[in-house]
Amino acid sequence: MSEGIQLKTSPHLRGMHSVDKIMRHVVYALIPVSLFSIVQFGLSALALIVVCTLVCVGTEHFFCKKAGRDTTVSDWSAVITGVLMALILPPGFPLWMAAVASFVSIAIGKVFFGGLGYNVFNPALVGRAFAQAAFTVPITTWTPGMAHRRFLEFIPTTLTPPFLKPDFEAFHLWVENLKLDGYSGATPLAMMKFDHVEVDTLKLFVGTLASSAGESSALLILLGGIYLGCRNMLNWRIPVAVLSSAFILSGFFYVKDPSIYPSPFFTVVSGGLMLGAIFMATDMVSSPVTHLGLWVYGILIGVITVIIRLFGGLNEGVMYAILLGNAAAPLINNFTQPRIYGATRKRKESSV
Amino acid sequence: MTSPFSITHFFRGSFHHGIHPPENKHFTATKPIERMAFPPQLILPLSQHAGKASVCLVRKGQEVARGEPIARADGFVSVPLHAPASGVVKDICLMPSAKGPMVESIVLEVYAGDPQEVLYGTEVDVEKIAVSDIMQAVQDTGLVGLGGAAFPTHVKLSVPEGCEIDTVLINGCECEPFLTTDHRLMVEQAVDLVAGTRILMRALGAKRAIIGTEDNKLDAVEAVQAVLDEEDVVSVKAVQTKYPQGAEKMLAKALVNREIPSGKFPSAVGLGVFNVATATQIGQLLPKKQGVIERVVTVTGPGIGRPGNYIVPIGTPIRFILEKLGFEGSARHLIMGGPMMGGTVSSLDTPITKGCGGLLILNEHQLTSEEQMKRYPCINCGACVDACPMMLNPCELGRMAHKAHYETMADRYHLNDCFECGSCSYVCPAAIPLVQYFRVAKSVNRSKAAAS
Repeated sequence: MSEGIQLKTSPHLRGMHSVDKIMRHVVYALIPVSLFSIVQFGLSALALIVVCTLVCVGTEHFFCKKAGRDTTVSDWSAVITGVLMALILPPGFPLWMAAVASFVSIAIGKVFFGGLGYNVFNPALVGRAFAQAAFTVPITTWTPGMAHRRFLEFIPTTLTPPFLKPDFEAFHLWVENLKLDGYSGATPLAMMKFDHVEVDTLKLFVGTLASSAGESSALLILLGGIYLGCRNMLNWRIPVAVLSSAFILSGFFYVKDPSIYPSPFFTVVSGGLMLGAIFMATDMVSSPVTHLGLWVYGILIGVITVIIRLFGGLNEGVMYAILLGNAAAPLINNFTQPRIYGATRKRKESSV
Repeated sequence: MTSPFSITHFFRGSFHHGIHPPENKHFTATKPIERMAFPPQLILPLSQHAGKASVCLVRKGQEVARGEPIARADGFVSVPLHAPASGVVKDICLMPSAKGPMVESIVLEVYAGDPQEVLYGTEVDVEKIAVSDIMQAVQDTGLVGLGGAAFPTHVKLSVPEGCEIDTVLINGCECEPFLTTDHRLMVEQAVDLVAGTRILMRALGAKRAIIGTEDNKLDAVEAVQAVLDEEDVVSVKAVQTKYPQGAEKMLAKALVNREIPSGKFPSAVGLGVFNVATATQIGQLLPKKQGVIERVVTVTGPGIGRPGNYIVPIGTPIRFILEKLGFEGSARHLIMGGPMMGGTVSSLDTPITKGCGGLLILNEHQLTSEEQMKRYPCINCGACVDACPMMLNPCELGRMAHKAHYETMADRYHLNDCFECGSCSYVCPAAIPLVQYFRVAKSVNRSKAAAS
């Protein structure tokens, strides 16, 4: 019976997690956020999510085949990029532009670096940064949520034919026809920045105001994050560091002059900070691994976000903050190596 | 037995990081220790311990009695070997070993029908053995660390100059899943355990001793507590159930909150650490001046018919144990030791040696589920960093190992502090064989150092 004996090196047991399982659960955690954006913005949000996801998965598959490798779409990471891509775009974003941005996110943000595990930046944010530069007007055109006929018709800009500019006249006519009281077409962050009008923080938290497709409900994003945190599939240190540093820094400015600066509660629940802190900054590939490094990285993102929001030309800074954090991650890793068990100061001196 | 997640669990001492693999101790945890029959033939490698191999004292064809010394120690870091059964030396030749290579072994044909009484040894009063003579007495028993490292026990009793041992730690954690030998020993042979502990304390001049175990073995704590005096210098303490709690560095942290410096022995921080099985054997053998001829082995796993804790003569071939206990034909994964650090055996003629506390048989099902684990690139998740009990950075080490930067790994990333517990490989969601990489890296570094 000895022929059949298997030789292996220890350990002979394996843990429960695998990469595809982690990625799949991140997608599960994104489902409530996605559903809420569909409820809020209707067909356009649904189309945006479907198109972005399909293009991302398709792009990854295409490049894998071209490179003569087995396709890697089964690890679910391209799906996450696709869904996140859709969630950080305005709901009425033209679908062809979304497709281009999704292609860029996977192609330039991920495949060119060597695929999953090798990308320096969060792919979805690379796509978003590209869209910000290429399609400046559509990406800053916001749509009111809860329109009456949202499940029957698309937002006019959604179906812009490929390579044409969206018809903003038709769009503004459509918005006027909705006859919403007090709708200015600006996001709460823009209102804050340019008019110093602070909207109700509770409304922001629950999510009933104009925003990107998936950034509106901080509550649902938080629930998704708690789910992943409990399953040990998300490093809790990052969102805690990002949110608390943003809270403390903006709180400092708020105390200094409450008439110009937003309250810290507003800072934390407005815009993309919650989505960024929980689903984007925590992207494992592009964040540090050491414990101290995770704190440094999170605080860096929180601080840069607040600085851009309060002093920069843009009203939203989460995207650039996370991209900068990603760029700094290898360096942070390098400087925050853990103190090993049994290391003594004496030993360090002698080795120098 | 309480759940490891009870409220009191979090108030118990522990170390940082670590993992919680499924314990799987239910197969054998409640089974009393039983004696296993003598096999027709014993295979006794001359090197069952760390250090120099023993020197053979017998000839082919010579009759030996149970307990008789058949090999002597070769120098200080070496131990003698005793005949585990009465019989005749059939051959002295190369035989398969647990580590893989063939090693010189004494093959002993056991006399069937012999009463197998241990005739060697004389009763002595342990109290009257001079402290200076204890070390020699321990060496004469042939004892090695029975927890798995198989380091000669008497060597640990010689304290390096400048060090003073104040505390003896007795390691009964048995953090490896499946294994229950130490657990059963503490429950059933607590008297010998405490007696052995007192001898060790006297030899080292320690003021106190702590018997540490994981809190999934609270019945063992009770059993040991029952044989201790009030305000005894020996105490028993439960620590958190967590792998690798049984590593001496982790135990020192959990019990007395001391960190053994990198590259040093426990004596550097005033500790002497011994396994429960070792201390029990000292308590049993020293008063009779006998040698180690058998040990308790947990034979367990889904592939074995009658799992249990058995007293097995040293040198019993695995084949005999499998035949005795019922072996499931599809089981192809035989591990000596625990599932986290034990090695697979290449031959069924491999004998049980002094350092082997467990024999684990996994079947086809476990094997295929493991083979199906798909490899992914490292996604930087940091699970290994959270698991490493030495606070190393296995993520970074793995990347460097991939590029074969073995020297940088040792110089900058403390590769040599890794004691190969395998926690990183266990948790890795990308199924990267991290600890396996590190073993390769260490051995390459060792051979490079030897060459230069």
